[in-house]
Amino acid sequence: MEVLRQALSWIFTTANWWGPAGILARTWEHVQMVGEVLAIALVLAVPVGMLVGHKGRGAFLAVNAAGIGRAIPSFGVIAFVFPLAIRYLPCNIGLWPTLIALVVLAVPPLLTNTYVAVRGVDPDVVEAARGVGMSELQVLLGVELPLAAPLVLDTLRVVAVQVVATATLGAEVGWGGLGRFIVDALSVNNGPHLLAGALLVAALALLVDLVFAGLIRVVAPSPAAGRPISRTRAAVGS
Amino acid sequence: MRLADPLVDWGWLGQHLGQLIHLALQHLELTAIAVGIGIVIAFPLAVLSYRHGRVYGPVSAVASLLYTIPALALFAFLVPYTGLTTLTAEVGLVSYTLLILIRNTVAGLASVPDDIKEAARGMGYTRRQQFWQVEVPLAMPVIIAGVRIATVTTIGLVTVTALIAEGGLGAYILLGIQQAFATPALAAAVGSVVLAVGADLLLLGAQRALTPWTRRSKTQALPIDPRELVARAPKG
Repeated sequence: MEVLRQALSWIFTTANWWGPAGILARTWEHVQMVGEVLAIALVLAVPVGMLVGHKGRGAFLAVNAAGIGRAIPSFGVIAFVFPLAIRYLPCNIGLWPTLIALVVLAVPPLLTNTYVAVRGVDPDVVEAARGVGMSELQVLLGVELPLAAPLVLDTLRVVAVQVVATATLGAEVGWGGLGRFIVDALSVNNGPHLLAGALLVAALALLVDLVFAGLIRVVAPSPAAGRPISRTRAAVGS
Repeated sequence: MRLADPLVDWGWLGQHLGQLIHLALQHLELTAIAVGIGIVIAFPLAVLSYRHGRVYGPVSAVASLLYTIPALALFAFLVPYTGLTTLTAEVGLVSYTLLILIRNTVAGLASVPDDIKEAARGMGYTRRQQFWQVEVPLAMPVIIAGVRIATVTTIGLVTVTALIAEGGLGAYILLGIQQAFATPALAAAVGSVVLAVGADLLLLGAQRALTPWTRRSKTQALPIDPRELVARAPKG
C-alpha cells in the first residue's frame, strides 16, 4: 500500500506533468504515435480488405491475416528493426522500430475483419444496387463500405487498445511515450515510479477504449451491425 | 553496436543453437503453465456464467478489464509486490488468457442445441452425465478454438516477460536490443512464430482427435477473431 501511496502522490504532483519529459508530453507522444499507426493501418488494410471482399480473390490470405499476425511478437519486430533503423534511418532511432512494429500489429486484424465485413454484406443488397445501375465502384463505396463500417470500427477499437498497450515497448529502444516511465523505473528498480507508469498506461488504454466505444455509438448506433458478432453475442446471451 | 554485421549472422546462430533451443523450451514451459492455469480458472467461471446469467456480466467485465490493461503495465503493477520473478510473469500471462477462455467456453456451451439436451434428458442422463458426456464434448470445438487463441497470444506475450524475469526467447530479443544486433532478435521472433504456429496446429489436431464428428461436417473457425469481442464492455 505504501508503494501505491507513493505512486499516486507522484502522479498527483503537478511538477511531474509539465516539461519535455513530463506526463503530458509523454502522453501526447503516445497518443500521436497511436493516431499515426491507426491512420497508416487503415490506409493499408481497409482498401485491400474491401477489394478482396468485393472480388473474392485473395480470400485465403485475408481470412488468415489476423491469425498469422497474432503469432508475430511485436517485441521481436521492434528488436529486429532497431539495428536496421540505426544503420539506415539514423534520426529518431527509437521511433521507426516502434512505428513499424505497431503497424505490423494493427494491419492484420483490420484486413481480416474488413474482408469479413464486406463478405457479410447481404448479396441481395449488392445485387439490388447493381440492378438500379450503380457501377462496381459505387457499389463498393456507396453500399459495401457503409454496411461494413460498424464491424471495421469495432475492430479499430480493439486494435487501438492493443496499439496503446504495445507502444509502451518502444521505450525499450529509446522511443518516448508512457512506456518511458515503466522502462526507466524498471532499470533502477523504483517501485512507486513503476506503479505510477503502469497506472498511467492502463488509464490511457481504458480511456482509448471508452472513446472508441463512444465514437462507435455515435457513428454506428445500431447495435452490432456486424452480423457475426451479434450472432455470437446472441448465442452467449449477454 | 554491431553495425557492420550482416542481417543474419549464421555463424553466431550456429554457435548459439543449443541456447536457442533451451530458450524455446523455456518459452513453451512458461506458455503451458499460463494457459494451463488459465483453463483451470476460466472453466469453472465459464460454467458458472453459463448456468447463472447474472454472473456472466461481472465475470466478463473483470476479465475485459484485465485484458485491456497493457501487458507491460500489468507486469509493472505486480513487480512492487511479487518482484522480478517468474511468478509476476505468470500472473500477468494467466490474466490475459482468462477473457478469451471464458468467452469461448460460454459460447461453446451455449451453442449446444436445446433438442440435443432434451434428448439426453429423455434418455435418462443425470444432469452431471449430460454436462460431461453431452454438453462439454459438443462445446469442445469452440472451447479449443479459445485455447488456441489464448496459446498463440501467450506465446507472443512471453517475449515481453523477458523485461521482468525469464522470458524464454524474449531473452534474445533483449540481447538484440542491448547489442543492436539483428540476428538474435530475428532468431527469437522467428522462433516465437514457429512455436505459435506449431502449438496452434497441435491444438487443432487435438481438437480433431477429440471431436471426430466435426471432421465430416466442415467446421470453420469463427470468421471473426473472438478477440474482437474482447474489448467490448458488456452492454449496459
